[in-house]
Amino acid sequence: MNLNFLEFEQPIAELEAKIEELRYVGDDNEINIGEEIARLESKSRELTESIFADLSPWQISQIARHPMRPYTSDYIERIFTDFQELHGDRAYADDLSIIGGVARLEGRPVMVIGHEKGRDTKEKVARNFGMPRPEGYRKAKRLMEMAERFGLPIVTFIDTPGAYPGVGAEERGQSEAIARNLFVMARLKTPIICTVIGEGGSGGALAIGVGDRVQMLQYSTYSVISPEGCASILWKSAEKAPDAAEALGITSARLKELGLIDGVIGEPLGGAHRNYTTVAAAIRTTLLDALAELEKVPTEALVERRYERLMALGHWDSTEA
Amino acid sequence: MTSWLKKLLPSQIRTSGGNKKNVPEGLWAKCPSCNAVLYRADLERNMDVCPKCAHHMRIGARRRLELFLDPEPRVEIGAHLIPVDHLKFKDSKKYKDRLVQAQKATEEQDALITLMGQVNGVPLVASAFEFRFMGGSMGSVVGERFVQAANAALEHKIPLVCFSASGGARMQEALFSLMQMAKTSAVLAKLNEAGIPFISVLTDPTMGGVSASLAMLGDVNIAEPGALIGFAGPRVIEQTVRETLPEGFQRSEFLLEHGAVDMIVDRREMRATLSSLLAMLTCQPAPAGGNQPAAAEPPAAD
Repeated sequence: MNLNFLEFEQPIAELEAKIEELRYVGDDNEINIGEEIARLESKSRELTESIFADLSPWQISQIARHPMRPYTSDYIERIFTDFQELHGDRAYADDLSIIGGVARLEGRPVMVIGHEKGRDTKEKVARNFGMPRPEGYRKAKRLMEMAERFGLPIVTFIDTPGAYPGVGAEERGQSEAIARNLFVMARLKTPIICTVIGEGGSGGALAIGVGDRVQMLQYSTYSVISPEGCASILWKSAEKAPDAAEALGITSARLKELGLIDGVIGEPLGGAHRNYTTVAAAIRTTLLDALAELEKVPTEALVERRYERLMALGHWDSTEA
Repeated sequence: MTSWLKKLLPSQIRTSGGNKKNVPEGLWAKCPSCNAVLYRADLERNMDVCPKCAHHMRIGARRRLELFLDPEPRVEIGAHLIPVDHLKFKDSKKYKDRLVQAQKATEEQDALITLMGQVNGVPLVASAFEFRFMGGSMGSVVGERFVQAANAALEHKIPLVCFSASGGARMQEALFSLMQMAKTSAVLAKLNEAGIPFISVLTDPTMGGVSASLAMLGDVNIAEPGALIGFAGPRVIEQTVRETLPEGFQRSEFLLEHGAVDMIVDRREMRATLSSLLAMLTCQPAPAGGNQPAAAEPPAAD
């Protein structure tokens, strides 16, 4: 299997290549090299463990953007049944960088909405690399309001570099589309569970990210600006991105520590792309737990609690006693 | 060389060593749009709008509210809230030092100022962004001060007006600043439920996280002429998308044409327009009074 190793994973890649080679040779060789393969495999695992035990925020952001990382559609397939995709914002277009629809979570109907980046080149272009235009946010808003109407909890998956910075997007009101979603989500009378599965890119992520429970996959990121963007503005050099990633505190561990998210979902060794099934199962468990808890809360109290959580966000001092 | 002539010449061709101290600082101003050289006192009397070409210059938050509100009564809200460097953020400079520098330069504690008062006798809460304070960026204090402004409007059942001028979220507060977008939008949702009008006045520039939250959520959105308003900055769009930007892209007139704002209002007409609008939205009799705060009529007794 070609795992598309990242730069910092090169030592692992080399070992894995050696193992592949041995396996190939092993087929027509009398010498028992099974032992050698097993030895190398355990070495590879140890190496992966040691590298992944101490990842920098910048390295984590590379994993969050890994080309083989599971996307919303991969999770929908593995977590839900009866998914019926719903299209369009009823005003302008269907933005494929956000997908959504009704589905069942262990029999319970829910509304699922998430960013979708696209796997191959053609699909990436069609999905605009997961960067929504206003119609994407407006589709999401339409589906969320529908969910409220029919008493369906909302499950969102966040994975975007950010809202698309284009001429058409500005013409059609990118700012308003994002703002409106924040405005609507703050008061929706149904439980909302948000999971950052890859890149949580600024306002483009937050626009489907206001919820009663906000959680992140272990190697996902969530940030007000990309490390590159931040570096080029504050350090005047995009090359300082690793420093910016550090300063911004974009990782799940750091954001949990800061109280900005509720939970972190562990990923298999080497990242979510090493085993889609395991991660999907882990997410599924957290969704079921969160739903069970949130559905116990009366709607009014749920909305009030969400509001109070939003109001508490931030740190400041007061000169008043 | 006479001093006024010196001001006219580009700096490269000025001879060095001239006695600059003879010129009182800022007696003259140059319009960045039509290049007219203006006597600063005239400009100030004209609310910092160029008398020659009507270009609206950027103005600070205090001056904005000074020009907008009736002289009495005025009560400041949220002044006690001051910023902290919770993350110990450091780029090429420490956030702490950037704060101190901005506080010295602006004599404000952070980038949003709120006063409760009246416009032509119509009571309201008015907030204004101070763009000179770290680009009017929205961090925790701006978010909390905005919430307190909205809560005052809720409590007194009077409208909220906010003049925005901001580059967006404050990067030095990282994800906390992003969350201010959700926080300010949420309080506006509450205002909306309570039937309290919110008028957003977008001034030059209103971009990024401020544009994509409170500034676009007005029951009525008003832009000052020629203001740059948008989500992504024009340079970012040009670089990442390699699209040629159309003439007047992201200017107020462009936003009006595309349906994002209700109207463009000249700064000198702001008081009359907003007091008239707000009186209607709150079902009050038409207010008397004009566009100069000093000339405002006392509120009609009833």
